[in-house]
Amino acid sequence: MKVLEDLKYAKGHEWVRVEGNKAYIGITDFAQDELGDIVYIELPEAGIHVDVDDIIGSIESVKAAADVYAPVSGEIIEVNEELENSPELVNEDPYDAWIVVIDMADSGELDNLMDAEEYEKFCEEEA
Amino acid sequence: MKKTPLYETHTALGGKIINFGGWALPVQYSSILKEHHAVRNAAGLFDVSHMGEILIEGKDAQEYLQHMITNDISKMSQGRAVYSPMCYRNGGTVDDLLIYKLEENKYLLVVNASNTEKDYEWLMENCTSDDLLIKDVSSDYGLIAIQGPASQKILQKLTSTPLDEIRFFRFADNVEVGGVKAIVSRTGYTGEDGFELYVPSYQTVNLWDRIMEAGAGEGLVPAGLGARDTLRFEVALPLYGQELSPNISPLEAGLGRFVKLNKQDFIGKDALLRQAEEGLKRKLAGFEMVDKGMPRTGYKVLADEKEIGFVTSGGLAPTLKKNLGLALVNVQHSNLGDEFYVQVRGKSLKAKVVSTPFYAK
Repeated sequence: MKVLEDLKYAKGHEWVRVEGNKAYIGITDFAQDELGDIVYIELPEAGIHVDVDDIIGSIESVKAAADVYAPVSGEIIEVNEELENSPELVNEDPYDAWIVVIDMADSGELDNLMDAEEYEKFCEEEA
Repeated sequence: MKKTPLYETHTALGGKIINFGGWALPVQYSSILKEHHAVRNAAGLFDVSHMGEILIEGKDAQEYLQHMITNDISKMSQGRAVYSPMCYRNGGTVDDLLIYKLEENKYLLVVNASNTEKDYEWLMENCTSDDLLIKDVSSDYGLIAIQGPASQKILQKLTSTPLDEIRFFRFADNVEVGGVKAIVSRTGYTGEDGFELYVPSYQTVNLWDRIMEAGAGEGLVPAGLGARDTLRFEVALPLYGQELSPNISPLEAGLGRFVKLNKQDFIGKDALLRQAEEGLKRKLAGFEMVDKGMPRTGYKVLADEKEIGFVTSGGLAPTLKKNLGLALVNVQHSNLGDEFYVQVRGKSLKAKVVSTPFYAK
C-alpha cells in the first residue's frame, strides 16, 4: 500500500493535496486496491458548495460501489472529466488521478484530517 | 473460514482472499477484468473445490433422483452430465446442480458450496428407500476448472486420453492427467469451452501446478471468483442465491427447459404445473442500462413509479463493455424492448429489456 507523506487523509479513504486555498481530492491506493477494477465514476458538477462528509461522487468497480465524501467544505471549482472516459486511471495512479478541486471555505478543517502516519495505522486497523 | 487444498497456492500467487460463504477463496489474483478477458481469449484456471459433492448409490438411485429433481435423467447414459434444478413442494428452488452418471444407479451430484449441508439434509429427508447410499463426499474431492478456448490444447499436453472425444456435457472417469487420476468433465460456468477436473483432494495442488506449467506460454492465468461471476453473468447462467432461491422457481428464472413437467411425479411438480398453466406472474429479464449507471444485486426496479421487481445480478459486462443486469420483474414488463427504471443509489435510471444470453460465442 502506497501512502504519500505530503498529503492529508480522511476516514473515507480520500486524500487531500493542498495548493494554496485549493484542495485536490482523490481516493487512496488502499481504497482503489480494495475496490479493484474501477469501471465508472460519477462526478459532481463544478460550482456547487459542499460541506464536510457530503457525497461528491461515486466510484463503481466491477464488484463494488463506493461513495466519495468531501473531506473539507467549500466550492467545487473543477472536476476531472478525464475520469469519465478513463476511470481506470484511479487504479493506475490513485495519487495523480484527482477527482475534484475544492476551493476551501475553512482551511482549519485540514487539522481534522489524518497525516500519512496516522492514515497508515488507520488502514492497518481496518484491514 | 474453511480452506480448500489450494489455499496456500492462492496466497503464494497473490490472490486476494475473501470470505465466500464461509470459504477462504481468491476474488482475484491480478484484476477481475484481466482474468475475465484471459478466459474469453485464452484460458483461466479456477479453484472450485468448495463445491459440494454428494454420492447417490443403490438400486433405487435413478428412481429416487427422478423424484428429487425437475429434469429427466431416465434416458441418461453413463458418461453424461445433466444440469437440473431441485425444488421444494411449493416450486421454490432448493438448489441447482450437476448430476454425473458414474455407473448404473451410481450418481455424483455437484451442488453449490453454501447449499451442501442443506441439500444433503433435503435428500436424506426425502429418501424412503432402505437400499440407497446418500453420502456427502465433498471433502474427498478437489475441483479445478480450466475454462477458455485454449483449454483443450493445454490439458491435452498432460494426458494421452483424446480430449476431443469428450463432448460438451460428457465426462470420462479415471483419466490420467499429469499423473493424477481425475474425472474429466467438459462443463463449466463461463460460456467458454473448458473442463472441470475432479481429483482426490490431496492431489489438487499437484494437478493445479501441472496445469499451470502446461499453460505457460498459452495465455493461461489463475482466475478468481470475481471473474467467475462476470463470466457467468455475461452468458446469463443463474447463480443460486441471486437468480434462484427458495422464493424463486426455475420457471420464473427462465429454466423451463430443465423442468420436465411431463415426467412422472417429482417434488414441486404440482406447484410448477400450476405456475405453467396459470401463466407466470414474474419472470427473469435481461436488461441494458439506457441511462448511465451500474445496476447491482438487490436494487429495485420501477415502472409507472411502482415497484415491479428487483435486480438479481448486474454490473459491467466486460466483454461487451455495457452495463447490464438480470431482474425478476412482473411478467408484463419482461418483453424485449420494454423499458423500466432501476433505482441506483437514490436515482431512477432508465433501462430496457434485451435478449439473453448477453454474450454468446
